[in-house]
Amino acid sequence: MQLVTPGIGLVFWMLVTFLTVLFLLTKFAWKPILNMIKEREDHIDNALKSANEARNEMAKLQADNEKILAEARKERDAILKEARETQDMIIAEAKHTAKAEAEKMVKAAQSAIESEKNAALASIKQQIVQLSIEVAENVLRKELSSETKQSGLMNDMLKDIKLN
Amino acid sequence: MFTKGLGLLTALLFTLSVSAQHEHATVMHANDSTESHEQKFAPGPFIMDHIGDAYEWHILDQGDFHLSVPLPVIVYSQSSGLNVFMSSHFHHGHESYKGFSIAHDGDHKGKVVELVGDEEIVPLDLSITKNVVSLFVSVIILMWIFFSIAARYKANPKSSPKGLQSLLEPLIMFVRDDIAKASIGHHYMKFTPYLLTIFFFIFFNNLMGLIPIFPFGANLTGNIAVTMVLAVLTFLITTFVGNKAYWTHIINAPGVPWWLKFPVPLMPVVELMGVLTKPFVLMVRLFANITAGHIIALGFFSLIFIFGEINVGLGYGVSILSVAFTIFMTMLELLVALIQAYVFTLLSALYFGMAMEEHHEH
Repeated sequence: MQLVTPGIGLVFWMLVTFLTVLFLLTKFAWKPILNMIKEREDHIDNALKSANEARNEMAKLQADNEKILAEARKERDAILKEARETQDMIIAEAKHTAKAEAEKMVKAAQSAIESEKNAALASIKQQIVQLSIEVAENVLRKELSSETKQSGLMNDMLKDIKLN
Repeated sequence: MFTKGLGLLTALLFTLSVSAQHEHATVMHANDSTESHEQKFAPGPFIMDHIGDAYEWHILDQGDFHLSVPLPVIVYSQSSGLNVFMSSHFHHGHESYKGFSIAHDGDHKGKVVELVGDEEIVPLDLSITKNVVSLFVSVIILMWIFFSIAARYKANPKSSPKGLQSLLEPLIMFVRDDIAKASIGHHYMKFTPYLLTIFFFIFFNNLMGLIPIFPFGANLTGNIAVTMVLAVLTFLITTFVGNKAYWTHIINAPGVPWWLKFPVPLMPVVELMGVLTKPFVLMVRLFANITAGHIIALGFFSLIFIFGEINVGLGYGVSILSVAFTIFMTMLELLVALIQAYVFTLLSALYFGMAMEEHHEH
């Protein structure tokens, strides 16, 4: 029976002590401890959040970089391609021009040669005519140097001429 | 496991064979002794003495030598007023002092009574008993630990916990998050200091009760006065924070047929009984669990002396088993110490939560 009968003295001391301890612990231990834990939790939460944000930012930056790099690469390729095309075009044009020029030159040369040849032939003909005349003159002069020879010739010719 | 069992069995057989040789001598001694009745070991009073309260802190007996710490007796009665004296004046309960003495039998057995004329009256007894000293020791330890932790929190805010702090922080967080927040909900921060205090008070005192060395080992949380104060505080808080819905639910429970409330208020009576049963169960559960743990440990030790009286060797043999079982029980009690602190705190939190719950639908 003694075991289950609360002693008034112990009830009194327990009540006084417990309420004092409750007050003191609440004021000087639980409040600061709980506040500090809460503060630390918030701090950790914030730190995690900002770390996450920073990581996202980094990822975004990296993606941007990649994009810029890719764009630059593409632009470089385009420029190179264009350059190559231009080069090809210039070469082709040059070739074409050279060919045309060469053809023109050949044609001009050919026509020059032709005209030279014609001129040369004409000049040769002239020379030949001159020479022939000179020879003929010389021959004639010799043939007709005396009266006899002239009359003989006249006779020959007259012989040939048959008066009908 | 098998070899262990075999070892124990061998030890037991060995002690039995040794005890057979001693039996003759013991019987002779028992016959010689005229005071055998007084010397006989009585486990009942032995256990009750240890789990109950006392006016002195008894440490050990060796023959006629009694080592105990005397504690102040504070009594007030209308006939003799306030009296404060050390319990050593009672000479371990054998003598009376200023008309006060410790009753040896009757309704007030073990209490200080005053002899006025021929009548035994019980004065108002506010003595610093063994349990009160244990209470003081426990709260000093409690405050010392938590004040030092609080100082560390203040000195190193936002840094990771160290030492004792890292041992107790998970428990503080557990009480805050898994007991207070989970059971009470929105207003949990208002109750967390109280819940933390009862949790650590009960837990520390349960653990201190398991240490059998002065100034520990008192059965404080296994004392009904202590558990009653704790339960009454929980009951008072529940009653004061109870909202309209809580009281409506008790007096005029919604969803219950009217003939259960009128003309015989059956449901209100049942509900009111429930309100009173809750703290009563809290009180009895903690008291019974902790007291039972102490009784079991003491019971095992009593076996040693019971068998030792039959035969000294047998006593030694049984002591091996008793110590083994007590170690096992102490391990269990370590668990019980935490579980009971948890259960008391959780149920208190649940009652607060119920008292503040808003009933929207039924």
